[in-house]
Amino acid sequence: MLDAALLSIDGLSVAYDGSSALNGVSLQIRKGELICVVGANGAGKTSLIRSISGIVRSSSGTVKMNGVNITGLPPWEICERGIAQVAEGRQSFGSLSVEENLLLGGSLKRAKAYQFETLEFVYQLFERLRERRRQLAGTLSGGEQQMLAIGRAIMSKPEMVMFDEPSIGLSPALTDVMFGVVKSLHEQGITVLLVEQNVAKSLALSNRGYVLENGSIVLHGSSQELLNNSEIQRAYLGM
Amino acid sequence: MQKRFDGGPEIKRWLAGAMVFIVLAFVGSSADPYFISLMTIVLLFTFLGQSWNLMLGIGGQLSIGHALFVGLGAYSVGVLYVKYGISPWIGLFLGMIIAGSVGAALAWLSFRFEVRGIYFALLTIAAAEFARIMFSGWEFVGAMQGLFFPAPTGAIEFSMLRGGARFYYFVALALAALGIIGTELISRSYLGYVWRAMRDDEPAARALGVRTFRHKILVISVSAAAAAAGGGVLGLVQGSIFPDSIMGMGLSVDVLIGPVVGGLGTTFGPLIGSLAAIPLNHLMSAIGDNLRIPGLNNIAYGIVLILVVWFLPDGIWPAIVRLCKAIQAPSRLWLPHLRKAEE
Repeated sequence: MLDAALLSIDGLSVAYDGSSALNGVSLQIRKGELICVVGANGAGKTSLIRSISGIVRSSSGTVKMNGVNITGLPPWEICERGIAQVAEGRQSFGSLSVEENLLLGGSLKRAKAYQFETLEFVYQLFERLRERRRQLAGTLSGGEQQMLAIGRAIMSKPEMVMFDEPSIGLSPALTDVMFGVVKSLHEQGITVLLVEQNVAKSLALSNRGYVLENGSIVLHGSSQELLNNSEIQRAYLGM
Repeated sequence: MQKRFDGGPEIKRWLAGAMVFIVLAFVGSSADPYFISLMTIVLLFTFLGQSWNLMLGIGGQLSIGHALFVGLGAYSVGVLYVKYGISPWIGLFLGMIIAGSVGAALAWLSFRFEVRGIYFALLTIAAAEFARIMFSGWEFVGAMQGLFFPAPTGAIEFSMLRGGARFYYFVALALAALGIIGTELISRSYLGYVWRAMRDDEPAARALGVRTFRHKILVISVSAAAAAAGGGVLGLVQGSIFPDSIMGMGLSVDVLIGPVVGGLGTTFGPLIGSLAAIPLNHLMSAIGDNLRIPGLNNIAYGIVLILVVWFLPDGIWPAIVRLCKAIQAPSRLWLPHLRKAEE
């Protein structure tokens, strides 16, 4: 099954008020893969995730999931098809308890029947969240909120999870924990699209990588190739 | 079960609520007719404030035109009863359906064309004013002359929702209790956390698969229907309905003062706020009448609002909750940042 393209993006462009954020981006994600899209700030990484998830409308190009065109569908329909995201800045709903945040993630049709099993799974993954399940999400630390954001995505029983800079603002130790979580989700069969500025760590984790610069893919290949690429080493790895 | 800042163990909350209503029920046996009628208005505005609170405090949608829904409810009851002798129960039901539909239509139109936030609030004013002017010129509903209910005989006719002042006090009390229990139940249900999530961060809720467009319409429609029920009873209590008073800007403001003063998004806020603001308003207008200073009540109202926003920006009820917690652990009142760390 590894060869079937779960998500295939073709010539995707996004513009905000006339200035373009993505320029004809094409990429494929096969079922069960862990791929990363790396690039500097403002390269269009978040726009990529937001246009896949239907939050931002693309000006041209198509997004297909399992061969079905899902371009322009509203966000909830994309979620129902099994694409979840962990947004940058770990948006949690501050006035909801930790558990309500998680149940909200699990309230999709595709996930509702398994809500309480999945909740237990999330609590096993993050014991911290279990301890704090009655606490308001707004009172959590940065790391805990990131766990909550990931937990919420898992609650929707996704086929694929898109991570938008899960390491941002976290200490190196917590960053390793987060990358560990990403890896373990992938090992459980969830397809992962990881968008990161931390080029070295995300390439080390992933099967393949794409390099995004000024809204265009400038390089792609296996993560090993990219790690050995002299331009990448110079521009992103400081070698 | 700590859910919001006015949380606390669930049983304790229900018990406290029950106690408040038992006290209020005893208030109903008071002999003073002025006091009874004042408290009836307080309780009606508790309910109306609760409906408004549901929309903004939980759903995150601001309305400054709630008089529209209040008026639609009052007119539904009034027209059916005064013109056709049909029971106000049916009028209430019809009013809720009409106001709920109007609210939904207004929300649909507005959000369909990306009119949201403060612009939506402006649209609610425009809609209420439009309705007020329309009703002012509409002979069928009495135009400017309004509608008058026949004077109450004092006999209680439950099937016609007619009775004396004491009867309406208990109707208002039941409505306020219903509003508080209903809000509490909604707030704890699936709808409650979806709506609060939408209020906290609408784009994030959308990204999570929440159908925010539908949910916004739903919360507005529910709020509108509730306001109409309150409006229907308000019309009966007042005995007359005029477009300027039941659909005017003034009423829209009166509706929101309770929850704003009492505590936005809290279950007990509208009750506490109405208890504080309405008697004060009446007292001030009485003093104003005696001193022959018309408009004194408006000035007092304004000053109270300013003071509350200045000293208790999140309202009276959250301040009471803080005070109670502080009595249990004195340091927290003075070290507010510790409040976040606990539980």
